[in-house]
Amino acid sequence: MYTEKVMEHFTHPRNVGTMDDADGVGEVGNPVCGDMMTFYIKVKDDKLVDIKYQTFGCVAAIAVSSMVSEMATGQTIEKAKAISKKTVAESLDGLPKEKMHCSNLGAQALALAISNYEDKISGRQKPAGKTSPRETSGSEVVCPRCQARNPAVANFCMGCGEKIER
Amino acid sequence: MEMINLDHSATTPVREEVVEAMTPFFFEVFGNPSSLHSSGQGASRAVEGCRKKVAGILGARSGEIIFTSGGTEADNLAIQGAAHAAKGKGRHIITSAIEHSAVLKCCRHLEQEGYDVTYLPVDEHAMVDVESVISAIRPDTLLISIMLANNEVGTIQPIGEIGKRIETENILFHTDAVQATGKISLRPDDLGVDLLSISGHKIYGPKGVGLLYIRRGTPIAPLMQGGGHEMGFRPGTENVAGIVGLAKALELAEQERDAFCRRISRLRHMLKKGIAESIADIRINEHPEHHLPHILNVSFGSVDGEALLLILDTLGIWVSTGAACASGSSEASHVLRAMNVPEKLARGSIRFSLGRENTETDIRRVLMTLPDIVAGLRQSRAV
Repeated sequence: MYTEKVMEHFTHPRNVGTMDDADGVGEVGNPVCGDMMTFYIKVKDDKLVDIKYQTFGCVAAIAVSSMVSEMATGQTIEKAKAISKKTVAESLDGLPKEKMHCSNLGAQALALAISNYEDKISGRQKPAGKTSPRETSGSEVVCPRCQARNPAVANFCMGCGEKIER
Repeated sequence: MEMINLDHSATTPVREEVVEAMTPFFFEVFGNPSSLHSSGQGASRAVEGCRKKVAGILGARSGEIIFTSGGTEADNLAIQGAAHAAKGKGRHIITSAIEHSAVLKCCRHLEQEGYDVTYLPVDEHAMVDVESVISAIRPDTLLISIMLANNEVGTIQPIGEIGKRIETENILFHTDAVQATGKISLRPDDLGVDLLSISGHKIYGPKGVGLLYIRRGTPIAPLMQGGGHEMGFRPGTENVAGIVGLAKALELAEQERDAFCRRISRLRHMLKKGIAESIADIRINEHPEHHLPHILNVSFGSVDGEALLLILDTLGIWVSTGAACASGSSEASHVLRAMNVPEKLARGSIRFSLGRENTETDIRRVLMTLPDIVAGLRQSRAV
């Protein structure tokens, strides 16, 4: 079911861990399947010099996190931004169709960490994913990032994976 | 690395005695049982001998044993065969929500043909309530199909009791005994069933062979058309070697049943106790009393079952999961869902199924590694 590369990254994930002095943090999750990923980045001279992550999820989610961290480490911000669900899946020699959403989560978590860093240096000082959502008529909540409507109980946006704080 | 197989409910290795019994029927006695010459008649005698042997084990008549390609075909022949034979007379079937997909998909298929199906719920221990079966009966009910024991959590269903309660009703009663074979008594007369499915490869026999017990006089329409093999219920040249293997495996399983169950129950208890004592946030999915001796289904909170399975595999330990995350939604097994296991726990469910080659050393080895693996998977959790 999984490629050798997926299994290799799953059994020996690279760069697992947290970072106390991260320059940017991005957290995503899938409210339906319960997968969660937090990416921490350290930036120096416009380059991602260190990446750590914590992932709770399936085999694919763990392999994707590991691959994303490996692909992005040492890259410039611009190049890291180009990492997409497609390039992640390709680097893993493919993912089962029903697991493609996992590669999306990985790319998004990294993108969120980068945008968190960019917000910080531009002085916008928005703490990691901690924007407050707009409540709508009772049972729904609108994602502050992509404006998607989510069930009121959602902890993460179903559209983009952004954490929904209350 | 020595492999530890804890996935016997998926399949089992073929016993040497079974292979030995089968071998002549690939070489010396390879004839077609329908042929009139001596090679064919030798094969025919072997098949009929097996039929008699199996009938003896089940307390049935030879003519009531129909060899099939496995458990799935036996279930299909029982359910579709009963439904089609009752065309115009009955159109309602009662089954449970925790059946094997061979039964559930058959029922869904029949719904499309215009039959009505009642899927009975189960309690938190995966037990079907006898009263709910009785109260689901309608004037047009033609068949009740409930498994003898569940394949994912091992709960043994009250088949004998249901059989007694519907004795006087004009309703056929089928039970899928695939997981129960070799673990509990299978005599159709004691269970009060008209139809009973058995598979070869769950009891150290070959894959691709099974049987359906059909009580004499039970109206069953064949699934396939062809020569009149198997009393007209199942055309096609007999899988002679397979049938010999199935009969031998069933004979051995029945001979050794009591000793096997005693030994395997102890191992299951050791595994259950060990897990409960060393790992927090778990749930044992079982019926406290009426469960098979070899199946232990455990939900590990905050763990992905598939990830746990694949790490165990790298250590040479084979298990199976109760749920898989697909398309971004955790697709918990229909059995765990029917038992109302919370989705989050169901996602981390593992089925350990023990077999005759397992030892205490195996269980100790599993218990030595499991807590660390579970802790590792939980630690990587991003909160």
